[in-house]
Amino acid sequence: MAETQAQPRHAELGLTDQDVLDMYRAMLLARAVDERMWLMQRAGKIAFIISGQGHEGAQVATTWPLRRNHDWLAPYYRSIASAITFGMTAEDIITAHLAKGDDVSSGGRQMPGHYGGAPYNIVSLSSPVGTQVLHAVGIAMGAWARGEDVVALTSYGEGTANQGEVHEAMNFAGVHRLPVIFVCENNGYAISVPLEKQVGGLSVAARAQGYGFPGVTVDGDDPLACYAAAKEAHERGRRGDGPTLIEARVVRLTSHSSDDDQRRYRDPAEVEALKQQDPLVGFGRQLRELGVLTDELDQQLRAEAKAEINEASRRAEARPEPDVSAAERHVYADGEA
Amino acid sequence: MAEMNILEAIRSAMDEEMERDDRVMVLGEDVGKKGGVFGATDGLFAKYGEKRVLDTPLTEGMIAGAAAGAAIYGLRPIAEMQFADFVYPAFNQIVSEISRMRYRSNGTFGLPMVIRMPYGGGVHGALYHSQSNEAYFTSTVGLKVVAPGTPADAKGLLKASVRDPDPVMFFEHKKTYRLFKADVPDGDHLVPIGSAEVARPGKDLSIFCYGYMRTCALEAAETLAREDGVEAEVVDLRTLRPLDRATVLGSVERTGKALVVHEANRFGGFGAEVAATIAQDGFEHLDGPVTRLAGPEVPGVPYHHDLEEWFMIGPAKIVDAARALAAY
Repeated sequence: MAETQAQPRHAELGLTDQDVLDMYRAMLLARAVDERMWLMQRAGKIAFIISGQGHEGAQVATTWPLRRNHDWLAPYYRSIASAITFGMTAEDIITAHLAKGDDVSSGGRQMPGHYGGAPYNIVSLSSPVGTQVLHAVGIAMGAWARGEDVVALTSYGEGTANQGEVHEAMNFAGVHRLPVIFVCENNGYAISVPLEKQVGGLSVAARAQGYGFPGVTVDGDDPLACYAAAKEAHERGRRGDGPTLIEARVVRLTSHSSDDDQRRYRDPAEVEALKQQDPLVGFGRQLRELGVLTDELDQQLRAEAKAEINEASRRAEARPEPDVSAAERHVYADGEA
Repeated sequence: MAEMNILEAIRSAMDEEMERDDRVMVLGEDVGKKGGVFGATDGLFAKYGEKRVLDTPLTEGMIAGAAAGAAIYGLRPIAEMQFADFVYPAFNQIVSEISRMRYRSNGTFGLPMVIRMPYGGGVHGALYHSQSNEAYFTSTVGLKVVAPGTPADAKGLLKASVRDPDPVMFFEHKKTYRLFKADVPDGDHLVPIGSAEVARPGKDLSIFCYGYMRTCALEAAETLAREDGVEAEVVDLRTLRPLDRATVLGSVERTGKALVVHEANRFGGFGAEVAATIAQDGFEHLDGPVTRLAGPEVPGVPYHHDLEEWFMIGPAKIVDAARALAAY
C-alpha cells in the first residue's frame, strides 16, 4: 500500500526546486547589488544610496507571481530586489546609480533609488512617498475599465502607509474591486521613528478591513509565506475579486540611507540581533532543509552573483555620461520623434 | 455651424472624443448619473457606461493620481475637479508626478491626460468656489494650461487637449458656461494648443486676456470705440502655457501699448509673465507702461454681492484702465 507523503512546502505552493533556487538567486543578486552600491558610495562614485538589505525575501517573493512585461510594478526606493525580479538587471541598477546617460530609469536625471523602466512595466518613481500607490491603482483602474487581465503591484514602507494618498488609493481600489496588490514592507522604522510612533493600532494590514478587502500580515523573512500571500492576491485580482493588502514584517539591516546613522536612534544590540533575521540566511537554511540547496551549490550561486555584479559594474561604469546639451529634452513630447 | 454655449461645447468635445477613441475616459466627482455639478458630462454616463464615465469618491488626489496611472497604462483620461478651488489635495500628484513624469523618465513615460477645472468668480461662490488659481500651474514646467473664452475655442481646445501627448490643465470659467451661445464649426473642430487669437483688431492699444475676460474686454473695446474713439485690439491668449509669444509681440508692435487683464490677483500672477515678455522683447515698440489689471490682493472672492462686485474685473474696470493707458 502506497504511503501518501506530505509535499515539501514550496511544492505545495506550486513552486519547483528550480523556482525556489531562482528566487534565492534573485535575492543573492539584489544583496550583491546593494552591497556594491554602498561600496561605490563610500568610494565617492555615488553621492547617495538607499538600501533594501533585509527586504529581499519579501520583495522577491511578492513580485514572483507577477507576469513580466504584462503586469505592472509601482515600486519604492528600497525595491532593488523587486525591480530585479521584474526584469531590471544588475547593470540597469548600477547604471542608474551612476547616473549614466543611457540609464533606463531616468537617463541620469533622478537620484539613486528612483527605480523605473518603461521596457519592464515598472512605473517611474519620484521622492514624495506614496504617490506611486495611486499610479498602481490607476493602472488597475485602466485594466478594469478595459476588461483586461492585468494586475498592478505597488510597494512602500509603513511610514508611507500613513500618507493621505495611500488612504485615497485603497479606498478607491476597494470601491471598484480593482486588481491591485498593496505590499507594505514594514521594517519598523520611518527613518528614525519607530512603528509605535507612526501607526495607530500598530497594524497596517488591519486597515484593509475598513476598505473592504483582505489585509494579511506575513513574516517578511519567510519568502515562501510572502509568496503564498502574493500568489493568492494575484489570483484574487485576476478573478475580479479586488485588492489585497500584504503587510510584510521585514528587518532593515542598514541605516535608512547613506546619509543616516541608525546608531543614533537604535540600540546596537537590536541592530546586531537583526542579523539573525536576515532573509538570505533564513531562506538558505530553509532550502537546505528542503534538500534543494547544498553548501556547494550555495557557494556556486554566491560566486555567480559576485561575478554578475562585477561584470555589471564594469559595464555600467563604461557607459556614457548624460549629454548636457540634451538637458532640455523630454519636457514635452513636442518635436520628439 | 451649430450654436451652443460653452458648457454644451465642452460636453460635445468629450462626447466626440469618447466616440472617436475608446481609450478616452472621464472620471471625477458626480460626473456619472448626475452629469457633473454643472452638467458638463450630462448624458455621457448613459451613453458610455460606468467604466468610461466614473464617479469617484471625494478624493482629488486620487482623481489626479489614478488618472496618471491610467495614462501610463495607455488610456486617455479626462479628470474633472469639481471646482478649481478643490484641486489642492491633488497638487502633489499634479506637480510632483504629472508634470515631471516625462522629464524624469527621460521621455519614456508620457502622460496624455486632461484635468478640467471650473474656475473664476461672479457666481456667488465666495472664497472656495471662485478661485482663479491658474498661476500655480502656469509656473509648473511640464504642464500645458488652457483657458478658452468662446464655445468654439472650448470645443476645439478640449478636443486638442484630449489628443495631446502631454498633461493639460483645462480651465473653464464657470460664469461663461451658459453666458452666451455662439457658432461652433461642424465636424472635427480642433483649435491648436499654444495659439492666441486676435479677437478684435485695433490700433491704439492691446488688451491681453483669457477666459471670461475675453467677453469683458470685447465689451470694453466697444465702449472705448464708441465713447473715446480708441480702437483697442483684444488678444485672447486661449493657451497660457505655452504662451503664443509671436501673437502677443505682434500685437504690441501694432499698437505700442499693452494692458494685461486677469481675474486672479496681480502679485506673481500670470499677467506678470505676459508683461515681462512684452517689456523685454517688445520694448522697442512700447509707447506706454505695460499695465496689469487684475483681481485685488485678498485671499479670495468675498461672498456678499457688493463685496463680490468690488472684487470682480468687468468691462467698466477694463475701460478705466484702458483710458488711462491710451492717454499716456
